[in-house]
Amino acid sequence: MSEKRNKTLLHCTVNGKERDDVVKDNLLLADYLREEIGLTGTKIGCDGGECGCCTVLIDGVPQHACLRLAATCQEAEIETIESVSEEARLSALQRGFHEKLGTQCGFCTPGMIMAAEGLLRENPNPSVDEIRQGLAANICRCTGYIKIIESVQFAMDELNSKGAAA
Amino acid sequence: MNEIKPTQSVGVRVPLVDGPEKVSGKALYSGDFIPSDCLVGRIFRSPVSHAEIIEVDISEAQALPGVKAVITGDETDEPFGILPIARFEFPLARDKVRYKGEPVACVAAIDVATAQKAIDLIKFKYKELPAYFTSQEAMAEGTVNLHDHREGNIEREVDFELGEVDPGMEAADLIMEETFNCAEIAQVQSEPHAAIAEYDPTRDFMTVHASTQVPYYGHKMLAKTLKMDESKIRMIKPFVGGGFGCRTECLNVELICALVARAAGGTVRIVVSREETFITHRGRPETDVELKIGVKKDGTITAVDFKAIQRGGAYSGYGVVTILYAGGLMFGVYDLPAVRYKGFRILTNTPPPGAMRGHGTTDVRFAFENLFDKIADELGMDSIEIRRKNLLQGPKYETLNEMFINSYGLPECLDWVEEKSDWKARKGKMGPNKGLGVACAHYPSGASKPVNWTGEPHATVHLKLDWDGSITLLTGAPEIGQGSTTMATQCAAEVLGLDMSRFQSLTSDSKLTPKDNGSYSSRVTYMVGNASIDAATNLKNILIEAAAKKLEVKPEDVECLGEVYRAGTQDEGLNFNEVVQAALEGTGTITVKGNFDTLPESWGTKKYRGGAISGSMAYAYAAQVVEVSIDPDTAEITVEKVWAAQDVGKALNPLAVEGQIEGSVWMGMGQAISEGTQYVNGLGITNSMLDYRVPTIVESPPIEVGIIESIDPHGPFGAKEAGETSLVAFIPALTNAIADAIGVRPIDLPVTPDRLMELMENYQEKQEVAE
Repeated sequence: MSEKRNKTLLHCTVNGKERDDVVKDNLLLADYLREEIGLTGTKIGCDGGECGCCTVLIDGVPQHACLRLAATCQEAEIETIESVSEEARLSALQRGFHEKLGTQCGFCTPGMIMAAEGLLRENPNPSVDEIRQGLAANICRCTGYIKIIESVQFAMDELNSKGAAA
Repeated sequence: MNEIKPTQSVGVRVPLVDGPEKVSGKALYSGDFIPSDCLVGRIFRSPVSHAEIIEVDISEAQALPGVKAVITGDETDEPFGILPIARFEFPLARDKVRYKGEPVACVAAIDVATAQKAIDLIKFKYKELPAYFTSQEAMAEGTVNLHDHREGNIEREVDFELGEVDPGMEAADLIMEETFNCAEIAQVQSEPHAAIAEYDPTRDFMTVHASTQVPYYGHKMLAKTLKMDESKIRMIKPFVGGGFGCRTECLNVELICALVARAAGGTVRIVVSREETFITHRGRPETDVELKIGVKKDGTITAVDFKAIQRGGAYSGYGVVTILYAGGLMFGVYDLPAVRYKGFRILTNTPPPGAMRGHGTTDVRFAFENLFDKIADELGMDSIEIRRKNLLQGPKYETLNEMFINSYGLPECLDWVEEKSDWKARKGKMGPNKGLGVACAHYPSGASKPVNWTGEPHATVHLKLDWDGSITLLTGAPEIGQGSTTMATQCAAEVLGLDMSRFQSLTSDSKLTPKDNGSYSSRVTYMVGNASIDAATNLKNILIEAAAKKLEVKPEDVECLGEVYRAGTQDEGLNFNEVVQAALEGTGTITVKGNFDTLPESWGTKKYRGGAISGSMAYAYAAQVVEVSIDPDTAEITVEKVWAAQDVGKALNPLAVEGQIEGSVWMGMGQAISEGTQYVNGLGITNSMLDYRVPTIVESPPIEVGIIESIDPHGPFGAKEAGETSLVAFIPALTNAIADAIGVRPIDLPVTPDRLMELMENYQEKQEVAE
């Protein structure tokens, strides 16, 4: 306890809110989000980089929050599952995962949705193979993935028809 | 007025009632409760596989600033275990450690770094004993017993013969035999085990949140090991990230957490790592199956003789049940005139397996369906035809072990997969390295005799109706992602004809919800579904009485249309809120109860000891066809397509049933082609999700689900098991497809590319020699 730990003043944006936090240099981003800020939607399912449950967007790119030190997120924009609802309603992806049963136990779901969110921003019309590639770093043990693919397609269609209408 | 109809909730594709919380990140799992005064718990684990404990010196760890408590096996001398006849595991080891990674001590400290430092200060002195890592080593002559009361390291030996096997074999035209090996596998559920225990020293009261499938059994074991009165404990199961049987018995994690919380006089959270989750284990045991089947020329089975050896790990767990299931569940798929079984459950110095999805039957069914397929080939019979030849005959569906079978949709399952896969046109004609395979399976809908016999009903559901017209469904049934809360709500809503949006639910909190045995053996839909129907029926009767009084008619003249109760089509009737108000007059808030109990006819056979295991109110059936292609150069297996038909009795929620079947097929695929734990001198070397390979979304095959509805006469609206049977069928269907594709029939699991390559090379050499 007495030993001095190195700390960093972290300036970043989490879910649209600017933050200045003093963080230990060895604090993982996943622990920063969950334990320090209380955003427990981001889950930890393994000992590092295996399951994808902790996937968040860092500057729009899906990343494992368990493989990233919080202190390296200086000036970064971080988005978690808590941010994706639209005007307090479920987003198209969230509705897809709910209505198409892309979620069973729900533990991998936040990471899965964030990975899909990153995918759809990059590629609004992914093929089934592109959906598979985009979610290949996220493991689900419940669904067999069929309904996850359907959930993403549901969101894709919904977003595209919204785009066409606008 | 005539337009008003009761709302239909059963047979409708209903998203999960708790889905919005899951997709928005609001769902709280055990590790998500992070009170500011919470201490961190860390477990010190045995570095050796088998040893006498000489001393666990915790003095330096205790002296470290920031450490609030350090406990060892001295904390409790009360053992725990799921089966009352086999409780000899302690939360923290006493006297001996029996596997690498067994919990020895636990620290509660103010933060992770301090807890970890304290762990490093614990001095563990021990005297090593010989350790056994395979069933064969542990069963050999002259071994040291892991447990004094288990001579020869045999946890349980099962031996039965029903019908006359030797004459059956003599009457056979063809006898084939084979020895199979199935690797130990793990559930790898998404959420690692977690618990948070809050001890209130003022009231001597313990509140525990834990990732469990069985909060009731956990509650009992907490009371036992803490030596606290059961009424002084509140057990809550929050959201749980999957189970598949890994937490279908109380685990040491929640017990240690509560013990150390009490020692620290506060709140402790333990979230174990993925590696520790693998070590806690409770997966499917490594199983060796020796199988012999005799048949007539026309494919009729005359006798089955088999032996199963399960590597049971260091403690009993569900072991006795698993080895009994392996024998008992041989029955019920086909008409078998004579069966002999020898089962051995062996104690070894490896982490204890448990009751994984497809409990007991999976590896034996793999062996049977695999060898049966080989027999069909040998007889020149079609693989589906030989199965049809041996189906159970209705309407009684009798088996030698007296199973209670009242619905049997297996013939329809076979018809469905045959048609959908275009079997007749394609089987055996797919071209080089491509093939089709078929297999069948079944699974019980809950054990008819609970492991803990109390005389209480199997399931109880409460419905609370209040002045606002909302109904709260209270059930102890643990929602673990399978959709049990949705199912129970659907059943109640259907009976009352109300939209599900009138319902809220409260689950698995011992302070509020009625006791439930838990989510295991596919019991919940059958038992809790029926209890929910019973509760809703009782509530409906009260509402009809109230409406009758208000409308000044007889109850039998009241028509319930869900939102309207009326006396005949000309009557304007009362809306639901008016009926509720009438019902509450003079009594206030209404709470009704519904129960479910199994029928004694379903309690299993008394013809051999342990015959009650495998007794169930109903069995689900599956037939599956798998299409594969094999890369001849790398032996890589690609599952091109799966046709999965399952007789679920009645699909209460076709969306959820599809989800269960797809998930089962996919999990079966993992066991079939890539999953298996490995140990080096007892040290697990596959304790991560990189080393233990589960299939990813990239390898996931297209699965076409065929829902067959046989309408079980005792099931809730006819429903049966939906979440396990299709896993069991996949594995042999795959190996049979491989045999069709390349002529080589794998007999060991998993069928990894390197193993398959070896088989293919041996096969080629043999072919060349023959030429």
